[in-house]
Amino acid sequence: MKNPKITEKVAFFFLFLATLLIVVPVGLIVIIIIRKGLPAINWKFLTDIPREGMRQGGIFPAIVGTLYLVLGAISFALPIGLMSAIYLSEYAKDNFFSRLIKLAIVNLAGVPSVVYGLFGLALFVVFFKFGASILSGSLTLGIMILPIIITASREALESVPYHFREVSWSLGASKWQTIRYLVLPNAISGILTGIILGLGRAAGETAPILFTVAAFYLPQLPKSIFDQVMALPYHLYVISTQVPNVEEKLRYGTALVLLMIVLFMNLVAIIIRYKFRKKKKW
Amino acid sequence: MVKFDIKNLNIWFGGVHALKNITLQIQANEILTIIGPANSGKTTFLRMLNRLNELQSNFRMQGVVEFNKQDIMKMDKEKLRCQVGMVFALPTPLPLSIFDNIAYGPRLKGIRNMAKLKEKVEVALKRAYLWDEVKDRLGISAFNLSGGQQQRLCIARVLAVEPEVILFDEPCSGLDPISTAKMEETMLKLKENYTLVLVTNNVKQAARIGDRTAFFLNGELIEMDKTEKIFTTPSDTRTDDYIRGKFG
Repeated sequence: MKNPKITEKVAFFFLFLATLLIVVPVGLIVIIIIRKGLPAINWKFLTDIPREGMRQGGIFPAIVGTLYLVLGAISFALPIGLMSAIYLSEYAKDNFFSRLIKLAIVNLAGVPSVVYGLFGLALFVVFFKFGASILSGSLTLGIMILPIIITASREALESVPYHFREVSWSLGASKWQTIRYLVLPNAISGILTGIILGLGRAAGETAPILFTVAAFYLPQLPKSIFDQVMALPYHLYVISTQVPNVEEKLRYGTALVLLMIVLFMNLVAIIIRYKFRKKKKW
Repeated sequence: MVKFDIKNLNIWFGGVHALKNITLQIQANEILTIIGPANSGKTTFLRMLNRLNELQSNFRMQGVVEFNKQDIMKMDKEKLRCQVGMVFALPTPLPLSIFDNIAYGPRLKGIRNMAKLKEKVEVALKRAYLWDEVKDRLGISAFNLSGGQQQRLCIARVLAVEPEVILFDEPCSGLDPISTAKMEETMLKLKENYTLVLVTNNVKQAARIGDRTAFFLNGELIEMDKTEKIFTTPSDTRTDDYIRGKFG
């Protein structure tokens, strides 16, 4: 093993193997879901309400429900997350207290989602009396993705070189002007990454919506934010485990739709991010 | 006329006594060059004049710095920085187009009118002797310019804010001799309308363009006099040693 060339080849082989090990399962999941789910996908499946105890019909209410929840979660978590990220990275002094907050946020990202579900049940459903509703569900999902958005935004803000700020200040800019005109525009691609991750997480989680919003079977669309809705991940769980004799292709079809929604959101964000990144030059 | 009047200025960063009892005056329309070895407090002194030092959390000061007879610590720091511009050691274009770099300062002041901005950008670039080289490509990223051009862009950006004093912190340290010559030419012409304070590691540069020269050592002002006098008959032997290259 003294020959560095052989050592290198062995190392490369194992690194390649590790990468392959990640790619293969992801690829397999996608392939299996598409193969088994695609036959179920048709116009009726996407636009009809579930029928016959969810053994027939479509998943339209669940699609709409998931879109509402994701939108609600992001419109709550993005402003708050971004503002606290700006405060933490630009204004807060580096002391014991601010470090404690940062540590808490990092730890929040690791809290199991079912705990968020219970928290949402206690706070929004019961205490604030929002009931099981889109509002409660969105807020619960929003709190769940807050740490993701804060952490990504903070990293994006801090990656803007310090000397840019110094130049801006030296030209007479206030701290806020510097953030507004210089730091934020240059951090936007990193912030979008945080949003992408948050969106995907919010769309896919079952546990946080289980107690706060998700309806087992509700073949109609919500009329206000205080209504319950069906949601794709929960619907998938229900037809996979709670309802007997559901055709396999319906389950995989639902999974495929969920996957496509997340993928589509990511795609939009990636395109936006790419456009911003092309302008970035350092 | 006295632009800056500095009396008994002491600065500490934590336990480090960076500037010791500095008293000096900066006259209007002169180029004051500041020389001295590394860690002698030159840059700290310069960054005191536009209050950039206080961004460091362990900064502490004593003494008075007056700009146009006003205590700068009592002034609005954004206002002060509009009147006292700075060009940094390495070229520091912002990640914007040439035009937007120059227009950055005027825009901060609330100027949104495109015609007015264009005029300001043109005037600033002409004063920094960069206009002819970039007038056809104002929209390209400022990073595409050469190092020397970038540094003159930084001067133009400062000029667009219409300051009275411009601080230069070793502005030629990253430039080739030809770009350096152009920078010096630019600074000499700027003297007619502005007051310049130039910190430099290049003793010859101080001799070439300074009206007066101050020699800093270990945070103390050793001596300050007409540049000619400093370079021919300095009154302190340490100044003489430094200029002859015996240390530093």
